[in-house]
Amino acid sequence: MLEIGLISTLNGVLFGMLLFLMASGLTVIFSMMGVLNFAHASFYMLGAFFGFEISRHVGFWPGLVIAPVLVGGIGMLVERYGLRTVHKHGHVAELLFTFGLTFIIEELVQMVWGKLAVDYRVPQLLDFPAFTIFSTEYPAFKLFELFISIAIFLALLLVIKRTRVGLVVQASLSHPEMVGMLGHNVDRVFMLVFGVGAGLAAVAGVIAGPALVTQSNMAQSLGPILFVVVVVGGLGSLSGAFVASLLIGLLQTFAVASDASLADVFGELTGNGPLIAYVSDIWNVTVAQLSAVMPYLLLVLILIFRPRGLMGTRET
Amino acid sequence: MSKTTQNGAPGRPSGQGSGLVATAAIWIAVAVVLAVLPQVFSSGLAISTMCLMEIMIIFALSYNMLLGQTGLLSFGHAVFFGLGGYLTAHAMNAARGEHAPLPLEVFPLVGGATGLVFGILFGAVATRRSGTAFAMITLGIAELVSSSALILRHAFGGEEGVAFDRTRVLHLFGISFGPQEQVYYLIAGWCFLSMGGMYAITRTPFGRICNAVRDNPDRTGFIGYNTTTVRFLAFSMAGLFAGIAGGLAALNFEIVTSSAMGAAQSGTVVLMTFIGGVGNFAGPIIGAILVTYLQVMLSDITGAWQLYFGLLFMGMVMFAPTGIAGLLAMQMPLVRAGQFHRVLPWYVLALVPGLIAITGVSMMVEMCFHLTVNTADGPQMSFAHVAFDANSPLAWAVAAVLLAGGFWLFRRAGRKALDAYGSALEKARSGRAGR
Amino acid sequence: MRKLFVSTAIALSVFGATAFHAAAEDTLKIGYVDPLSGGGAAAGQIGLNQLKYIAEEVNANGGVLGKQVEIIPYDNKLDPQVSLVQVQKAIDQGVRIIVQGNGSSVASAVESFVTKFNSRNPGKEVVHINHAAIDPSLTNDNCSYWHFAFDANVNIKVEAMTNFMKANDAIKKVYLISQDYSFGHSVADAAAKKLGAEGSSIEVVGNEFVPLQKVTDFSPYIAKIKASGADSVMTANWGNDLQLLIKAAGDAGMDVNWYTFYAGLAGTPTAIKQASLEDKVFQITEGVNNIDYKPMQDKVKEYMAKYPDAPIYYPRLFNAMGMVFKAVEEAGSDDPVKFVPKLEGMHYADFIDGKEGFMRADDHQYFQTMYISGLGPLGANQPFDEEGTGWGWKVAATVPVDDTIVSTTCQMERP
Repeated sequence: MLEIGLISTLNGVLFGMLLFLMASGLTVIFSMMGVLNFAHASFYMLGAFFGFEISRHVGFWPGLVIAPVLVGGIGMLVERYGLRTVHKHGHVAELLFTFGLTFIIEELVQMVWGKLAVDYRVPQLLDFPAFTIFSTEYPAFKLFELFISIAIFLALLLVIKRTRVGLVVQASLSHPEMVGMLGHNVDRVFMLVFGVGAGLAAVAGVIAGPALVTQSNMAQSLGPILFVVVVVGGLGSLSGAFVASLLIGLLQTFAVASDASLADVFGELTGNGPLIAYVSDIWNVTVAQLSAVMPYLLLVLILIFRPRGLMGTRET
Repeated sequence: MSKTTQNGAPGRPSGQGSGLVATAAIWIAVAVVLAVLPQVFSSGLAISTMCLMEIMIIFALSYNMLLGQTGLLSFGHAVFFGLGGYLTAHAMNAARGEHAPLPLEVFPLVGGATGLVFGILFGAVATRRSGTAFAMITLGIAELVSSSALILRHAFGGEEGVAFDRTRVLHLFGISFGPQEQVYYLIAGWCFLSMGGMYAITRTPFGRICNAVRDNPDRTGFIGYNTTTVRFLAFSMAGLFAGIAGGLAALNFEIVTSSAMGAAQSGTVVLMTFIGGVGNFAGPIIGAILVTYLQVMLSDITGAWQLYFGLLFMGMVMFAPTGIAGLLAMQMPLVRAGQFHRVLPWYVLALVPGLIAITGVSMMVEMCFHLTVNTADGPQMSFAHVAFDANSPLAWAVAAVLLAGGFWLFRRAGRKALDAYGSALEKARSGRAGR
Repeated sequence: MRKLFVSTAIALSVFGATAFHAAAEDTLKIGYVDPLSGGGAAAGQIGLNQLKYIAEEVNANGGVLGKQVEIIPYDNKLDPQVSLVQVQKAIDQGVRIIVQGNGSSVASAVESFVTKFNSRNPGKEVVHINHAAIDPSLTNDNCSYWHFAFDANVNIKVEAMTNFMKANDAIKKVYLISQDYSFGHSVADAAAKKLGAEGSSIEVVGNEFVPLQKVTDFSPYIAKIKASGADSVMTANWGNDLQLLIKAAGDAGMDVNWYTFYAGLAGTPTAIKQASLEDKVFQITEGVNNIDYKPMQDKVKEYMAKYPDAPIYYPRLFNAMGMVFKAVEEAGSDDPVKFVPKLEGMHYADFIDGKEGFMRADDHQYFQTMYISGLGPLGANQPFDEEGTGWGWKVAATVPVDDTIVSTTCQMERP
C-alpha cells in the first residue's frame, strides 16, 4: 500500500509537471491575450520536430535552445501577419484562425518528415536511471523534465510579477489604450507574448519529443487536455495552472491505481436479459478506466461551481 | 444548388411591401431546386453527396442558432448529432419486422426528440455560463460523451457502431427506401421542413431576444429577460435540430459509429458555419454545401488537401470574417440600386491575378508534395495537365513568379476594387436618398 | 443569372468529370479505401505503396485477362461515414473491387454497405477485400458473401498466441492490458478464457483496460504491472498506446516479456529499440520478411529499392491481390458475381513462405501459416531491419495452418 501510494505520488507529480511544461505557453497566451490558441499543440509538435532535426546534426542541447527560438519566431510572424488582422473581429475569429493553422502545420510536418514516427532519442548525458524506488527505476531525463518545468514556472512568475515588462503585458490586456498612450507599443507586446508562448510550446516539444513519440499526429493526439489545465487553474493565473497541472496529474495517476467499480461496492449483477447487458457496462467500469475522462469531469464541475477557476482573479 | 444559396439569403427584413411575396417565392424556389436536383445530377456519388450536404445544412443551421443568433460558441454540438443518430438506429432495430408500426419517414423525429432531451439535460448545465466558460463546458461534455461511447459498448455498439437495414420497416405507398434516390427525397423533405422551422424561429420574438442576448446580454437582462433561460431555450432547440440531422445521417448511412459525435465532427460544423457566414441565415447553408463538397472531393484532387483546407479557412477568417454570405450580402445594396455593373469589372480585374497567385501557391505545394511524399514516382509530375520535372529550377522560378507577381497585382487591383465598391455604395445610398 | 449559369456549369463539370473518368479506358480498377491523411495515414500510405507495387508487377507481365490493373486511392480519413461516400464514389467510377482494411469500425460499415448495395443493385455487385480488420464479428455474426478477410481474425491470433505462451514453462503470471474499446475487450476476453482455463499453468494476474488514445503517461500502469508480480504482459494495444506503454516500461527498467498483436506497426519498432527491450517483444502475424524464403526476400529487396522507408508490412496484400487476380482469370471475368465463387475455398501458396493457405467458404476467412516473431539484433539470412533500428523481426515459433482453424458462427446468406 505504501509502495503504490509513494510511487503513484511520484508518478503523479512527474506527469503533472510534464502537463505544466506543455501548458505553460498556452497559459501565457490565454491569460495575457485572451486567445484560445488551438495551434498550441501544433507549435509543440513543431518544437519536437525542429529539436529532432537539430539533434541529428549538432546534438540535443543546441536544439533545446535553437528550436524554441525558431518556433517563437514563427509564432511572432503568425501574430504579426495573421492574428493581428483577425484580432478586430473578436475572440471567435482568433480562435478559428489558430484552428485553421493546425491543419497547415500538420500537413507541412508530414511533407517534410513523413507520416511515420521519427527516432528522436534522449541525450546520452541523461540516458541513465537516476534512482530506484521499490525496484522501479526513474530515468534522469524525467527529473530533467521536472527541473525545466519548475524553472519555467519560477521564471515566468518572476517576469510577470516583478518586472516592468510583466506589468506592461498585464496592463496591455485590461487597458490597451492607456498603455498605448503611455508610450508602449501594445502591438509589439502582444507579438512578443505570442512568440514567447509558441517558444514555450516548443521547449515542451523538444523535451517531450524523446520521452513520448515524435510523429506527425502528436499534436492531434495530445487533445484538449491542456485547455483543461488552463481553465481549471483559472484565467490569468500562472500559479493556478501550476496547481491544476499537479492536481490533474495526481488525480489521473491515483485513478489508474484503483480497480474499484460499482460491482465491488454493491456486488455482482445477477440475472440476464437485454437490459442487464447495458447496465453491466456501467456496473463493471473501474475507476482506472475512467482516469482519462476525469479531467473533463473536473473541468465541467469547476466551471459550474467556481467559474473563475481554482486561482483565477475573474470569471472566464 | 447555387440558386438555393444565393436566393435563399433573405437577410434582414427589407421593409418593402413586396417582402412577403419575395420570401414566399424564395421558399418555393428552394423547394423546386431540392426536388429537381437529383434529376440533374443523377450519378450515385452526386446523390450521396447531396444527401450529405442537406444533412449538414440542417446541422450547420442548428449550430448557427447558437453561434450566429445567440452568440454561444459550442465545441460539442456533434454530441446531439451523434446521440440522435444512435437512438434512431436503435429505434429502427426495435421496429424491425413485418408488423413494424411506423414508416421510415417519421424516424428522424426519434433523433430530434433525443437531441431535444439531451439538449435540455446538457443545456441546464452549460447555459448557466456564457462566453469562454460555456465553450469549455461544451468541450468537457463532448469529451465525456464520446469517451463513454467507447466504454458503454452495448449501448453504442462498440467500434462497429449500430447498423440496421432501413428497408425493414413499414412501407408507405410502396416506397422501400432501398434506392438512394428515395432516401434523397426523404432527406430533402426533412431538410426543407427544418430550414423552414429554423427560419421561422429567427422571425419570432424569441429569435429577436436571442439576438439581443448575443449583442448585449446586460441590457437584455435589464429589460426583464432572463438571459440564462434564453440561452437554455436556444441550446435545447439547437439540440433538437442537430438530432434530426443525426437521425437523417443514420438513415442515410444505415450505420452510426462513435465518430459521428467526435471532436472532428464538432469542429467541422464550426468551420461550415463560419466559412458560410454566421450573420446571415443563408450562411451556414452555403458553408455546409461548400465544406461537404471539399471534404468529399478535395482529397481526390490533391494529397495535400489539409493544407489547402487550412489556407482557405485562415484566408476566410482574415479577409472575409463575415463569411461567403457576408460577402454576397455586401453586394445586395449595389444590386438593388443598379450599381453592381460598376464594380463587377473591378472584381474580375482583382480575381484574375488572385487566381494566378493561387496557381503559384498550389504549384509550389504540389511540387513539394510530389518530391517528399511521392518520392518513389520520380521527379516527373504534371500540374494542370502540364508535365514537367519537379526538380528543375525553371519550374520553381515559374511558380515563384506566378505567386509574387499575382500577389502584387492582386493587392493593387484589390485596393482599386475596394475603392470602386466604396464609391458605388456611396452612389447607391445617395440615389436611394434622392428618390 | 449569369452567376447562376457559371456556377451550375462548374458544378456540372465536376460531377461530370467522374462519369468521364469511368469511361476512360478498360482497366481492372481496384479502389483502395483507407486513411491517407490524419492519424491513420502512416499505415494507409504503406498499404497504398504495396498495392502500387503489386499492380506494376502484374501489369509488366501483361495484366489480368489482358487488362491493366489500376489502383485508385480514396482517402477515408479513418471515418466510417466518409468511407461510405468514398465507396460510392469508387462504384461510380467503375470500381468493383474495394480494398479496405484499417479500422474495424470502417470495415464493418463497408461490409454492411456493400452487402446492402449488392442486394439493391443487381448487376452492379462489388466485392470487399478486407486486408487488415480483424474484429471477429466481421466473419462471424455479421459475415457477408461479398466480404473476404485476409488477415487472421482475433480468435485465431489469440488462440495461436496463448498456445505459444502455454508451451513456455517460464511463463507463470500474465498481465493483460488492452485498449478500452471493443477490439481490446474481445482480445482480453478470449485471452483470459484461454489462459485461465483448467489445466493451464498460467495465472492471469491482471486484466487492465486503458482509455483509447487518451493516455500520455503510462508509468502508473507500469507500477500496477510491477505490483502484480507478472513475468509476461499480453497487450492488444496498437499505435501510440503501445509505443508509450513500451517506452514507459523501458524507463522504469521493467523486465518482462511482451506478447503483442501490433508491435510491427509503423513507429513501434523504433519505440522498442529506444526502450532497449532486446528480444523481449513478440508479435503474431502471417509472417515477417526475415523468414528464410528466397522468392519472397527477392521481392522485398525489389520493393525496397522503390520504397526504401520500410520492408513489406502487409504480406497479406500480396495474397489478397494474387488470389483475386487468380479468381478473375479462372472465371474469365472481372464481374464479382462470376469470380467470387472461384475465390471461395481457393487454395493459395502464400507470398511470405510459399506454404499453402485457403479461403474458407463458410465465412470467407483466410487461413494461413501464422508466425510468432520477436524483435532484436539480426543474424545470418536475416537481412531486413525495421525503421533503421538495426533490429528486425525473427521467427520464434511457427503455427501451421491446421492449428489456426477456429469455428465460426457465420450463417452465410448467398445470393
